[in-house]
Amino acid sequence: MRIELTGVTVRNIVSDITLHASAEVVGIVGPNGSGKSTTLRCVYRALKPDAGTVLVDGENVHKRHDVARHLAALTQESQVEFDFTVAEVVEMGRLPHDRDPARDARVVSDALATVDVSHLAARSFLSLSGGERQRVLIARAIAQEPRVLVLDEPTNHLDIRHQLDVLGLARGLGITVLTVLHDLNLAASYCDRLYVLDEGRVVASGTPAEVLVPELIAKVFHVTTHVVAHPTTGVPQLLFDQEVTP
Amino acid sequence: MFSDSAVDCGKDQVISKISALVGVLVVSIVAGVALGPVSVPFGVTVDLLWEAITGGTIPAGLAGQYHIVWDIRLPRVLLAAVVGAGLSTVGVAIQAMVRNALADPYVLGISSGASVGATAVATLGVLSGLGVYALSVGAFLTGLGATALVYITARTSRGLTPLRLVLTGTALAYGFSAVAMLLVFQAPRGEAARAAMFWLLGSLGGANWQSLPVAAVVTAAGIVYLATKARPLNALAMGDETATTLGVAVNRFRTHLFIVTAAMTGVLVAVSGAVGFVGLMLPHLTRMVVGADHRKVLALAPLAGASFLVWVDVAARMLAAPEELPLGVITAALGVPCFIFLMRRRSYVFGGS
Repeated sequence: MRIELTGVTVRNIVSDITLHASAEVVGIVGPNGSGKSTTLRCVYRALKPDAGTVLVDGENVHKRHDVARHLAALTQESQVEFDFTVAEVVEMGRLPHDRDPARDARVVSDALATVDVSHLAARSFLSLSGGERQRVLIARAIAQEPRVLVLDEPTNHLDIRHQLDVLGLARGLGITVLTVLHDLNLAASYCDRLYVLDEGRVVASGTPAEVLVPELIAKVFHVTTHVVAHPTTGVPQLLFDQEVTP
Repeated sequence: MFSDSAVDCGKDQVISKISALVGVLVVSIVAGVALGPVSVPFGVTVDLLWEAITGGTIPAGLAGQYHIVWDIRLPRVLLAAVVGAGLSTVGVAIQAMVRNALADPYVLGISSGASVGATAVATLGVLSGLGVYALSVGAFLTGLGATALVYITARTSRGLTPLRLVLTGTALAYGFSAVAMLLVFQAPRGEAARAAMFWLLGSLGGANWQSLPVAAVVTAAGIVYLATKARPLNALAMGDETATTLGVAVNRFRTHLFIVTAAMTGVLVAVSGAVGFVGLMLPHLTRMVVGADHRKVLALAPLAGASFLVWVDVAARMLAAPEELPLGVITAALGVPCFIFLMRRRSYVFGGS
């Protein structure tokens, strides 16, 4: 399934964002305040762009009411006040679909198994660790049976093992994934293509090897980098100098 | 395997809890009719109710007790059940709507708005042409007026946000209360002011067969509507953005919730005053027993609230007979210890702590 942003503009936060993703993992990287999350919020409809369109398979997400059947998202929203069980949280992924108790139960059960949290089904969501919570939210997204998955900094607050774990899960789904990431090395490892945002505009796009070059990193992030190839996978990895450039 | 059973975990348990609560409610209603300053034996009460419902005949010697049971007590007990069910359900919906553990049906300014109308009727004699309904009508009109004001003030181009709603409701409530207080202290007749205050703390003293149907129909319709929205309420409880990604039209849904809960609360306040604590506490009590899933909470909270308020009203009639106590005093006296007990016993989480 293809997702396509054309000329998306939100006030003075992002302007003229054009990007696409189709059966691949696409990352959006950029410094704080560059408009990554705002762009994503336009995709999962928390925000309506002032100009431009967001199309999923050619249809405008802001004009269709059943988008949630095709597009799932993990937002940055983390302040949950209600003590739902893990099974109840995952079951919410069935909300966009027509009710079918037998099928719903099977999909939820499969989703729990896919991310390996079946044993937590009866546990309180609020009692889980950050890594477990993120897995459960991915299970909820899987239960939604989406063809596009949108992730807003899914590795936030997770230790390195769980960071790899969450991105590996997302990549393993084999659907179109659009994710905002802070960590450039993770982005290089897990994304097929990257878009670099700076001051609300796309300033570069391409494969990690094409995009993650010292000149661009210096210009956008104001740090000095050395790019090395990962000894086993060969993907570019960045080493940073301690001095920040002005 | 395991997760399959966990998904519909406790469905049978919930059904058995519903059955148990229905039983408790029926017994409570009969007991509520039997008990009072003039007690009617339980068996006689059951017989009289049965004859009345089936259109049978009553021995002449029981005419006095029949009058107490059928004309005075039963409408009052049923109204208590309706008000308890309604407040409890509205509390559940509002806590999810604004995602705030301290929210209750009055957080949007209805009760303080109603207090302006009620005190104006009692102390200034406005709407006196409506006779015994003046207080209810006055309270209903100013209550809904206050809610409309909260709605207009809190509304932004991005719709109604939870925090703005709570803050606006709370701030305006202080303003309305100030007006009501001013009316009370300016009142030439102290007795009228006392009547207004008593009414505001909650009383079912004015219950009769005429006031019951409107309250019952509005409450039942509201409960049915909210019960059909249990799953979207679950999504909303997870956050506005999450609910959006799950396909809930958040702004429109919150506006609908606002209108439904305001209409329910307005009618309940009109028939019973502002009974405190039920709408705050019963939702939490219910969640402590069945968890946060609104499909379960909205099935049990109305039944629990109905039984609770029937007994509260019994206590209000009997504790200081022949005087009556305001319901709000009893709900707090009964509710606080019960609440603290359950909260300490169970590992109850709300607000992530």
